[in-house]
Amino acid sequence: MAEKSGAEILIDSLLAQGVDTVFGYPGGAVLPIYDTLFQHPKIRHVLVRHEAGAAHAAEGYARSTGKPGVVLVTSGPGATNAVTGIADAFLDSIPMVVITGQVATNLIGSDAFQEADTIGITRHCTKHNYLVKDPSELAAVVTEAFHIATQGRPGPVVIDIPKNVQVASTEYDRHGTNSSKRYAPAGDADFAAITKAVELLATAKSPILYTGGGIINAGPDASKALRELAALSGAPVTSTLMGLGAFPAESDQWLGMLGMHGTYEANMAMNQCDVMLCLGARFDDRVTGRLDAFSPNSIKVHVDIDRSSINKTVHVDLPIVADVGKAIRQMISVWNSRKLQAAKLDEWWSRIKGWRSVGSLNYPENKSEIMPQFAIERLYALTKDKAPIITTEVGQHQMWAAQHFHFDEPNKWLTSGGLGTMGYGLPAAIGAQMGNPDALVIDIAGEASIQMNIQEMGTASQYRLPVKVFILNNEWMGMVRQWQQLTYESRYSNSYSDSLPDFVALAEAYGWKGIRCDDPAKLDDAIAEMIAYDGPVMFDCRVTKEANCFPMIPSGAAHTEMILHSDEVSGTMDDEAKALV
Amino acid sequence: MHIKQEIAERHVLTLTVDNEAGTLARIAGMFTSRGYNIDSLTVADITEDHSVSRITIVTKGPPEVIDQIIAQCERLIPVHKVTDLTDAGPHVERELALVKVSGAGDKRVEAMRLADIYRARVIDATVSSFIFEITGGPDKIDTFVQLMRELGLVEVGRTGIVGLMRGAEAS
Repeated sequence: MAEKSGAEILIDSLLAQGVDTVFGYPGGAVLPIYDTLFQHPKIRHVLVRHEAGAAHAAEGYARSTGKPGVVLVTSGPGATNAVTGIADAFLDSIPMVVITGQVATNLIGSDAFQEADTIGITRHCTKHNYLVKDPSELAAVVTEAFHIATQGRPGPVVIDIPKNVQVASTEYDRHGTNSSKRYAPAGDADFAAITKAVELLATAKSPILYTGGGIINAGPDASKALRELAALSGAPVTSTLMGLGAFPAESDQWLGMLGMHGTYEANMAMNQCDVMLCLGARFDDRVTGRLDAFSPNSIKVHVDIDRSSINKTVHVDLPIVADVGKAIRQMISVWNSRKLQAAKLDEWWSRIKGWRSVGSLNYPENKSEIMPQFAIERLYALTKDKAPIITTEVGQHQMWAAQHFHFDEPNKWLTSGGLGTMGYGLPAAIGAQMGNPDALVIDIAGEASIQMNIQEMGTASQYRLPVKVFILNNEWMGMVRQWQQLTYESRYSNSYSDSLPDFVALAEAYGWKGIRCDDPAKLDDAIAEMIAYDGPVMFDCRVTKEANCFPMIPSGAAHTEMILHSDEVSGTMDDEAKALV
Repeated sequence: MHIKQEIAERHVLTLTVDNEAGTLARIAGMFTSRGYNIDSLTVADITEDHSVSRITIVTKGPPEVIDQIIAQCERLIPVHKVTDLTDAGPHVERELALVKVSGAGDKRVEAMRLADIYRARVIDATVSSFIFEITGGPDKIDTFVQLMRELGLVEVGRTGIVGLMRGAEAS
C-alpha cells in the first residue's frame, strides 16, 4: 500500500465523499492542506473574506442543494471566526463539515501562535467533533464525520487537524477505510403509533399540520409526501420560519407562517385545533408564545428524528421518533390501505375563513414612501416566475420576507432561524449561488445586518457570482427599535444606523452594480433593472423609516393575544415579559 | 420579579460510552451548558480492551428535565446507552469513602467503636489519627461522616456512587 500524507488523505477522503466545493480561508496551520488542494482542481475552493463568511456560505450551499457544506479554515482565529456559523448550523440543523487546522500535536496546550482549543470551543455547538492526532485515523474520521453531519438530524461536525498530522504520512487505501457504525439514527416510525396518528387525523374536527425545517432536511420527497397527506386529510397547513417552501404557499390549505410574526389565522388555528400534527418542528419559543396557553385543547402528535426534541418544551400525547419523510409516507399508506375519507371540515374551514378575513398582513398604503412590505410584495411579484432562492439577514426585513414572499418549493428559502445571525444572508447567497449557478439568488437584507459580513462582496466579485442584495434601508436596526418602542417607551438606545455607507458607491467600489430607489412608483422598474443585470447588484431600497412588523405576539403572550396594529401597543411591558427573549 | 425555584428529584443514571478523549468533557459540559445538575459522577473503563467506560451520574431535576437529560445524553455520539436506575426498578448503589480522624483519649476510642459498628476498616493509623475506609449507600456514609465530625474529622474523600440493577439482567 502506498504512503500518503495526512493532507493528501484528507483531500482524497473529501473526493470520496463527493465533495466538489469548499469554502475557506488559508493560514499557517492549514498550509499543507492548501498545497495539496492546489494540485486537485476537481475541488473548487471558494476564497471568502472572513471565516464567518465561509461557514455561512457553506450553510447556504447545503440548504439550497441538500448536500453537506464543507469549510476549511486555519487554527486559532480562523476557527473562532467560524464558530458563529457553526453554532448557526447547529441550531438550524444544517449538514456541514468544518476542517480546522491546529498547531502541531507537540505544541498543543503551550499557548502556541494561533492556538485555540477548537475542540473545546465547538464541543457544544457541533453535533460531534474530532481532534485527529494520527494521519492513520483521518480517513475513518472523515467518513464518519460526513455520516454524522448528514444522517439523522443533520448538523455541523468539526475535524481539527494538527499541522504535523497533515504533513506526516501513513499507508492509505481509499477502499480500505472501515467506517464506524456507531451512529445509527431513527428511520421508519413505529407502525402502531403511525396508525394511531392517522386515526386521530382522520377523525379530528379541527386538525392542523404544523410543519418545520425537518421536512426540508428530510429531502424533496418529504415535501411531496406532505402535500399528499394534506390533500388526503384536507387539514390546514402552517409552518415555522425554517419550514417555508415545504408546502406550497399557493395552496388553499396554506395558512402562512405561525408564531411571533405569523398570520392571525395560523396562530388562531393552532390555538383552537383539536388535533395538532407536528411534523419536523420543535415547539420553539418563537412559535409557541406563552407555554401554558399554547394550544390548550389539542391532542398533540410530534414526529421528530431527534428524541431530545420530544417533550422538551411542550408535552405531546403521541411522540413518534422517525425520519419525518418516511413517517408521512407511512401515514399515507395507512390512510390509503384503510380507505379512509377525510372528515367533514367545513365548520373548521369557515372559522379559519373568519380569521383570514382579519387580513393580518395588511399594512397602510403609502404613495410617497416605499412601505417595506410593498417592496417585498413587488420583489415577489417580479421574480416568482424565476423560482428564486431567497436568503435573508435577521430582523424586520427577515420577517417581512417570510410574510410577503411566498414559496412553493423547498430549498428556496435560506434564513438564520434558531441562532438569528445577522450577517448570514450575503455569504449564504454566495454559497447558494455556487451550488445553483443558474438560479436567481437574492439576499433580502437590512441596512444594519448587511454590514456584518459586507466584506463578502469581494467573494462574489471574484467568482463572478450574480447575487442580488436587496436592502430594505430604514436607517434603523428595525426589530430592536420596534421592541424598544413596544417595551421601553420608545427609548431608542443605540438602535439608529448612523454613518451608513453610500451603498451604491460601495457596490461600484467592489465592481458590482448599485441601484437606489425611494419612490414607490419607480420600484418595479428598478427591480426589473436589478434582475436584468448579469452580475452582482446591491439594491438600496429606501423604505419608510418607522414601520413595525405586525402581526406580533409580544413575548410572554399567548397566540390569542396578537397585536395586529400599532395602535394596540402600549409601550410598556411587565418584568416577566421583559425577561423573556 | 424573582427567579423561581423548581422541585427536583434525585436520579441515578448509568451511561456506557466510548472510552475516547473528550467523552467525559462532552457529557459534563452538556450538563453545564444546558443548566442541569451533577451531584456526583464516577467513570472507569469496564471492558478488557479498555474501549468502553461506564459513567454513573447522580443528578437532580423535575421528571420532565430528567427525561430531557437522558435524551440529551443519548444524542451524544460516543454514548451507547443510558439507563435511569431510579426509574428502572430495584438497584444497588455503593460509594466508597476515606475518612481521616485525629484525636486522643475517649474520642479516639469512640471513633474506633463507631467504625466497627459501621463496618469501616482502618487502613492507616498513627498514635493520633486513623484513616477509615467505608463503603455503602450515600446515606450510610453521610451519617458516618457526620458522627466523625464530632470526633475529630480532618478530611474526607468520596468516590461518588456506582450502581447496577438487581437481578441477572444487565442495566
